[in-house]
Amino acid sequence: MTAYLVRRFSLMILTLFGISVIIFVLLRVVPGDIADILFDAAGFINASEKVQLEKELGLDKPIPVQYAAWVGGLLRGDLGYSYKSERPALEEIAPRIPISATLAGLALAFSILLGVPLGVVSAVRQDTALDYLLRVVSLSGLSMPAFWLGLLILMGFVAAFGTIPIYSDQPKSLWEALLMYSVPAAAVGFRSSALIMRLTRSAMLEVLRQDYIRTARSKGASEFSVNYHHALRNAMLPVVTVLGIEAAFLIGGLIVTETVFNIPGVARFLVEAIRWRDYPIVQSLVMITAVIVVVVNFAVDLLYVALDPRIKLAPERA
Amino acid sequence: MKSLDFHAELARAGGMSRGGWARLGFLVRRYPLGAVGAAIVAIFVFTAVFADFLTVFDAVSTDARQSLAAPSARHPLGADFMGRDVYSRVVYGARISLAVGLGSTFLGGVLGVALGLLSGYLGGWIDLAAQRLVDMLQALPLLVLALVMAAALGPSLQNTIVAISIPLIPYAARVARANTLSLKEQPFVDAARAIGTSELRIVLRHILPNTLAPLIVLATAQLGSAILTEASLSFLGLGIPEPHPSWGRMLSESAAEYVRTAPWLVVFPGLAISLVVFGTNLLGDALRDILDPRQRG
Repeated sequence: MTAYLVRRFSLMILTLFGISVIIFVLLRVVPGDIADILFDAAGFINASEKVQLEKELGLDKPIPVQYAAWVGGLLRGDLGYSYKSERPALEEIAPRIPISATLAGLALAFSILLGVPLGVVSAVRQDTALDYLLRVVSLSGLSMPAFWLGLLILMGFVAAFGTIPIYSDQPKSLWEALLMYSVPAAAVGFRSSALIMRLTRSAMLEVLRQDYIRTARSKGASEFSVNYHHALRNAMLPVVTVLGIEAAFLIGGLIVTETVFNIPGVARFLVEAIRWRDYPIVQSLVMITAVIVVVVNFAVDLLYVALDPRIKLAPERA
Repeated sequence: MKSLDFHAELARAGGMSRGGWARLGFLVRRYPLGAVGAAIVAIFVFTAVFADFLTVFDAVSTDARQSLAAPSARHPLGADFMGRDVYSRVVYGARISLAVGLGSTFLGGVLGVALGLLSGYLGGWIDLAAQRLVDMLQALPLLVLALVMAAALGPSLQNTIVAISIPLIPYAARVARANTLSLKEQPFVDAARAIGTSELRIVLRHILPNTLAPLIVLATAQLGSAILTEASLSFLGLGIPEPHPSWGRMLSESAAEYVRTAPWLVVFPGLAISLVVFGTNLLGDALRDILDPRQRG
């Protein structure tokens, strides 16, 4: 167990280190740095001022030196300074995190509350009209771009109330706060709920074919008890494992949904920073994303072992 | 309960014996949703190929008098801010989506399969290194990696294809590696080696063809996600540049304003994306059932 944990942990660090190199190099091969963009925006190019700016931002140094400076700061908790606002990157990023985290939490809750029950119903009623309907609905959920769903929801609001829910820093009432978070969260969560529903359904179908389910039926257990007591508990195991995929899925959804609903969260900030070539912000945000995904996957692996006593941790993955 | 032995069932229904059309008819009855998906994909490809014959206006010419015109006989799906015909742009947009979908699925698939075959067949430190690379590529959400790639390469059609193909590599690599690991222990590989077949030929002629079924299933699923990712990138302004009629670009940020004033600009491009991806997903599910029954849900 300890050997496995040590191995998994060191692989995790290695992965994150590799990502930091890839991202850093990728951003430096971009044609045009922030100096170009700022000067383009100003409409004139003064070569000496541009060189001066690049020097101030450290862009004139060789890439390995820039990389060492960045990683060194990262390990001390210093994310560098935003090129655009010239404030510490941490100060720019930190206040946006709770906004995105709230959205992600609500979206996750929404997707589980909707996805799991519908998946179970779909499996129990396999090949009925209801099953077909639910499968088509979940598949169309996966087929819709998250931002389009967001736009359709906005359209629905215009039709119903003549106005759209607008994000504000200080919501006037609890109802307003709930509305401004839960509407975009539903737009993100619907897609995820489709994913969870499909997984729950196939996991349930798999379990329902097992011998012990037939045993439970033959000893006279009610249909309800077979489906919800014997089957569902075991079907939940594979569903837990997708939480890792789910994390990556939610982040992608947040990026476009925060843009549609004009929410100043950290995901939309990534897009803005990419446009501005604000390297310190982009690098930090991409690293934070990678850490979240990698740690969630690690936690899911451990959780899986805790939930399923049949699985023994071995140093080498099969 | 459905019979799990697909081939026995197919033979019973006469699918094997009665020639192409009867077999097609059987598949349509057996997988109605898959048939719907195949039809949607066929219409999509047809639209992309024959866009010139399906439209009156071209996709880029502007007409200030028609700015934000509502759907009418002249512009069945309305016109956008610059007076461009939305119907023509949706039809020509199929070309962009098809090009990006096929291009990045193919590129990502080829690179991923090469990586997977190499690491599965050779093993050792090459396998270890390849697996770490796959881990790294998979630790970032598809859209985040595509965003950074697209920003690094700059906005153009080719660059968008490349940007989307990179995050697709690990999936193909995993499938190819897993299959290679089990196939290389099979007797027919030993037999091929015994008669003096070169290692390269064993990989390309004996192992690769046997991993094609799960790869085709994967590629169909990835076609949909590539199209969705292109739409997201273009929506965020980092994908296909103006004036190309990309469906995602048509829904670009100003779309939130048009929700109120010109809903046709929001509804139709999004409907096109969703329909096409829906079709590829339906087709992908059916192909998985047919070609790769072990994964059947």
